[in-house]
Amino acid sequence: MKETEQTGAPTRRSFYLGFIYGLWGAITAAVAIPAGVYLFFPPNARKGAEWIDASDLGSIPQDVPTEVSFQRKRVDGWKVTSEKATAWIVRRPEDKVVAFAPQCTHLGCAYHWEAQDHAFVCPCHNSEFSADGVVLGGPAPRPLDRYQVKVEDGRIKIGSLEPHA
Amino acid sequence: MRRLLDWLEHRTGLETAVKNFLYEDIPASSGWHQIIGSMAVFFFLIQGVTGALLAFNYAPTPGDAYNSVRYIMTELTGGRLIRGLHHWGASMMIVVVVLHMLQVFLFGAYKKPREATWMMGVVLLLITLGFGLTGYLLPWDNRAYWGTVVTTRIAAGAPLLGPYLVRLLGGEGIGVVTFARFFALHVVLLPPLTLILIGIHIYLVRKHGVAPAADDTAPKQKFYPAQVFKDTVGCAIAFLILFLMAAFVDLPLEKLADPTDTSYIPRPEWYFLFLFQTLKAFKGPLEVVGSTVLPGIAVLFLFCVPFIDRGPMVRLGKRVFAISFAALALLGWGGLTTAAILTTPKNPVGGRSPSFNPAQLSDWQLLSPAELAGLTYFRSENCIACHPGPGKKGVGPDLTQMPANHRNPAWMVPHFKAPAEVVPGSAMPPVRLKDSELNALSLFVLRLTPENEMDLLSAPVYAVKGATLYQDSHCSACHQLRGNGMKIGPALDGVGDRHDRAWLEQHFKDPKSVSKDSKMPAYRFDAEQMDAICNYLLQMP
Repeated sequence: MKETEQTGAPTRRSFYLGFIYGLWGAITAAVAIPAGVYLFFPPNARKGAEWIDASDLGSIPQDVPTEVSFQRKRVDGWKVTSEKATAWIVRRPEDKVVAFAPQCTHLGCAYHWEAQDHAFVCPCHNSEFSADGVVLGGPAPRPLDRYQVKVEDGRIKIGSLEPHA
Repeated sequence: MRRLLDWLEHRTGLETAVKNFLYEDIPASSGWHQIIGSMAVFFFLIQGVTGALLAFNYAPTPGDAYNSVRYIMTELTGGRLIRGLHHWGASMMIVVVVLHMLQVFLFGAYKKPREATWMMGVVLLLITLGFGLTGYLLPWDNRAYWGTVVTTRIAAGAPLLGPYLVRLLGGEGIGVVTFARFFALHVVLLPPLTLILIGIHIYLVRKHGVAPAADDTAPKQKFYPAQVFKDTVGCAIAFLILFLMAAFVDLPLEKLADPTDTSYIPRPEWYFLFLFQTLKAFKGPLEVVGSTVLPGIAVLFLFCVPFIDRGPMVRLGKRVFAISFAALALLGWGGLTTAAILTTPKNPVGGRSPSFNPAQLSDWQLLSPAELAGLTYFRSENCIACHPGPGKKGVGPDLTQMPANHRNPAWMVPHFKAPAEVVPGSAMPPVRLKDSELNALSLFVLRLTPENEMDLLSAPVYAVKGATLYQDSHCSACHQLRGNGMKIGPALDGVGDRHDRAWLEQHFKDPKSVSKDSKMPAYRFDAEQMDAICNYLLQMP
């Protein structure tokens, strides 16, 4: 073979090739693996969730979903900002309280409560949800997302989003 | 697979192109000494990849740059390693490019017809240095800021071009514009320019062929795989060194850039130290000789090397003059760099800062922490807008000339809360702060005199922050400093004479680990707070 004359015996050639592919493979892995970890792993969490005072329980009528807004701290990369956030709060009998995140689970549009239909209706693709957050119609893939919520001394406190099933 | 390759070959000619590239004829005398050029390209690629990765999480404005770099290093998994690869990769790149140039110089490979290849290489060397210079500012820490202050001053001193260079770099002061220019150069302009020039450089190398040794008459060999193997081994060894450095060597990220920090001693990156040292030899009007004339001549000389030495190729052993010249240059470079390292005092990484002089203290160093903490509120409430300080007339009265009966917190605090109630007709808006903060503000204002006002108002940010943290953490409940506080723990006056920075930091994190009988609780400061309080305490007499 011509190449044998030029580059030495085939054994030497395969030794070269093994080294070339092996070393470049190792270098690529040594950059690609940290890069993948760096890009895909979530940032180290800074602080545990905190409870935000959102509203007075007494101001929420029973069984009528009410939109409340509150200020919350948002950790956004290297920035911690205070931003306005809202939640739809439904007060059930015996002061059980549910707080829904204000975006439709389809594509994230802001939905609203239609009193005469007795449903949350999303203006984008007409997804509908009951007062319990259950999907009644439209393309929404899952029930409304919920915030953790608790009532302390008659005040409604809102925590972080519950992971959805 | 074969069919796919055939299709690709038929449509693009890719396989032939790759084969032509790999099976290029190179002289039989090629070998290990010629691997450095490939290594330079390799490091350029590493810098490109790691730079892009950093850019995914980097905010290119002075307001956010520092925090985003800190975020990359402390909160992103692998972020420290990626920045390490980029940071140390920059140094490796300089080393490799200079070694490549040295090899070509020693072998005389720049001789006819390879003059243009050499000159393109000189341009690439300058661009590599340009990458180092512009990238240095981007972390926006004290090191970056002060290093760049010096650089831009040097540029400003250039004959004729100075003022234009300064304007090009964004003006006299280093702020948002300079920052944007450096970022644009480093990330937008230089990388594609370098790629194009590397392309031309490699094209020229291919056009004229790799330079053979003078007495090489043996039949040519192929680039692949023997020489590619050597290049690969070189790259892999260099990469291993880089990886180990990135993983294990401390990465510099000092405190946030503080233009008021007069104690900081600027230092350029190690590969510019020889210039820094050269500059010291030229004083006054001669400074321009060291800052631009000599470097200019050196660059011009490098460009002209192929035209100065036009003799035929000879064996390396016979190039006595070139070898002595290179050795002298290396010796000079090494000597200047060593001198620069030996003669510049260390920055306050431990103990006192070199500029700390107990006989010549700044006025802020004479204040108690409570008094200095008041400056935080003086600044946050923008008091200076109406009380502008020495020699300037403001809406409010001169704070250094208050009547004696106003000169106590008992009068001032109620006045801060409701100015018009205490001084009928006062147009001052109420200061809405906590009582303890109002008290600190009054203590600070009470220390102002016509003599110290200027100095106090320009106290460094870190010191004011440190003093405020000292107050907020109730350090004075146990420690005395400048005569204030309790004596449960040791007094902190002159603590920098007794302990260094590492000790202080460890003592905050885990007091018992450095001081067995300490009753002090551990303090969980974040990195910025730790910087502020340690640097503040180390500066106190």
